[in-house]
Amino acid sequence: MRGLNQIYMVVKIALRALGRNKMRSALTMLGVVIGVGAVIAMVAVGQGASKAVQAQIASMGSNVLMVHSGSSFHGGVRGGAGSVTTLTGDDARAIEKECSAVDLVAPTLRTATQVISSNQNWSTMIIGTTPSYQFIRSWPVESESGSFFKQSDQDGASKVAVLGKTVSDNLFGSQDPINQTVRIWKIPFRVIGVLSGKGQSAQGQDQDDIVIVPLSTMQKRILGVTNIGSIFVSARTPEDTFVAQQQITDLLRQRHHIQPGQDDDFSIRNFTDVAATADATTRILTILLGSIASVSLVVGGIGIMNIMLVSVTERTREIGIRMAEGARERDILIQFLVESAVISILGGLIGILLGTGISYLISSFAEWPTLISKGSIILAFLFSGSVGLFFGFYPAFRASRLEPAEALRYE
Amino acid sequence: MEELRKVYKMGSVDIYALRGISLDINHKEFVSIMGPSGSGKSTLMNIIGCMDRPTDGRYLLEGVDIRSLGKDELAHIRNKRIGFIFQGFNLLPRHTAMENVELPLLYNGIAGKQRRERAMEALSKVGLAGRAGHFSTQLSGGEQQRVAIARALVKNPPLILADEPTGNLDSRTSTEVMEILQTLNEKNGITIILITHEKDIALFSKRIIKLRDGEVESDSIIEEPIRAVEFTGEKR
Repeated sequence: MRGLNQIYMVVKIALRALGRNKMRSALTMLGVVIGVGAVIAMVAVGQGASKAVQAQIASMGSNVLMVHSGSSFHGGVRGGAGSVTTLTGDDARAIEKECSAVDLVAPTLRTATQVISSNQNWSTMIIGTTPSYQFIRSWPVESESGSFFKQSDQDGASKVAVLGKTVSDNLFGSQDPINQTVRIWKIPFRVIGVLSGKGQSAQGQDQDDIVIVPLSTMQKRILGVTNIGSIFVSARTPEDTFVAQQQITDLLRQRHHIQPGQDDDFSIRNFTDVAATADATTRILTILLGSIASVSLVVGGIGIMNIMLVSVTERTREIGIRMAEGARERDILIQFLVESAVISILGGLIGILLGTGISYLISSFAEWPTLISKGSIILAFLFSGSVGLFFGFYPAFRASRLEPAEALRYE
Repeated sequence: MEELRKVYKMGSVDIYALRGISLDINHKEFVSIMGPSGSGKSTLMNIIGCMDRPTDGRYLLEGVDIRSLGKDELAHIRNKRIGFIFQGFNLLPRHTAMENVELPLLYNGIAGKQRRERAMEALSKVGLAGRAGHFSTQLSGGEQQRVAIARALVKNPPLILADEPTGNLDSRTSTEVMEILQTLNEKNGITIILITHEKDIALFSKRIIKLRDGEVESDSIIEEPIRAVEFTGEKR
């Protein structure tokens, strides 16, 4: 086929022409390299942030709902959430039994106090809860010898405690805390496990600064109360969280005899909402960084057009010679298009390497998580290729429309 | 069929244009077109070379009316039927002699091995086989012009159009170039149209057409063209 062969030859000619002018080709490429590199690196930063946020959200436990007791309301003065103790263990049991979208329920009661080991002390948060808690928060116990407490501990109000990582580090350092004794309000507790590290919460709190004891122990031995503070609930699936929220609201309003039109005496926090907001925020960040970086890619494309236009003028005589020797308009057009496409595609490939390198540097030196996705690489590559074709077309078109006789006369 | 005929008439108000020229150039002729600058030599040359189309009149190349052809068809004729030799050599910079000679074959889609063989053969004919890998800037003026002749030859054209081929060369290399052209004309039967303003050079041809102000001033046959080989003393 003459046509196909012809195109192959013209591509060969274009590559040869690029090779004969390495400096110019390299400089033109630089614009695309920087543009693509910037896009890759910036999107990596944004997606890294987004992944970090998602990981944090996941650390709170997926599809988790928190039911808090409501605020007090006496003579126009409203207390904060939990200032009245409207929730009971029966509420928790009812939720578990009657709400179909609910998987697990863990009633909790918390208090801040000092924990004392043989030679150290540490002020922390004590949470009394049931064994479901660790599953709702998907929070395993760290060492093989340790474990979370059992339902029997809950039933017998055992004096056992599971320590958060921060508490364990502060009280026992490098020692094994298992089977050691800690005292909470002068009551000795046996340490039966240490929770794995969860790190900071989305609000910046240290989630590992915690001691967990059975709820019954907390109620009877520490605080001497019968109510509970809040209830952790997990929905069966993330999609079920909103259904679960509605079911819990209906159930509690009925149990607490709240008339239609009256305010709830409890509140439900839905972590899926928090997650969605955080996710949207980081997505916006990614788009923002990406679009700023694409500006430099467009500038790189204009650079290609600029150089190609100059090059068409500079190579007018060459074009004349080619036309005299039998190049058709489309041969010249394809040659110049291929030249700019090769520049931008090659520049795109180098830019991908550069961007990957930069994001690696960012994550290792600035300790900012970065994530390079296949999607951003493919997108940047396709974009750079089309930039080359788009900005290369006009110069190539101009070159192809030269009159051979005039082009040859050009000095 | 091999007969090259050209009938050309042109009427125009443009000062530089040709004002109605009628010529017949036959196959295997060696014609010089002479005339001072502004006489329309270059315009005529561009039209003969299918790089430009006449605004009026007819130009038949091998019986085909050029005005009826599209740009691509003209490019194809330039690629296959006409060899060009220019005053300024017009070789591609930063390309080797070989690559320059290959150029027309590239646009004809002739593949690798055959292309190189034909290019090398053409370079041998002008005595430059040993310099195939040299860049055009590394060659002397005479050598560059011989590369240009090889580039014209590689097409195996029935017609070679030489525009002031000796304009940038000293008299000795000019004679060498003319010798090559004479050989091509006599041995290979290639029609040669030579454009020059030098009487000495024109005397190597068999027919001189003088132009003035876009019209044919005179058209004469040279009975005894100068034999370039007698000056160079070389045997081909």
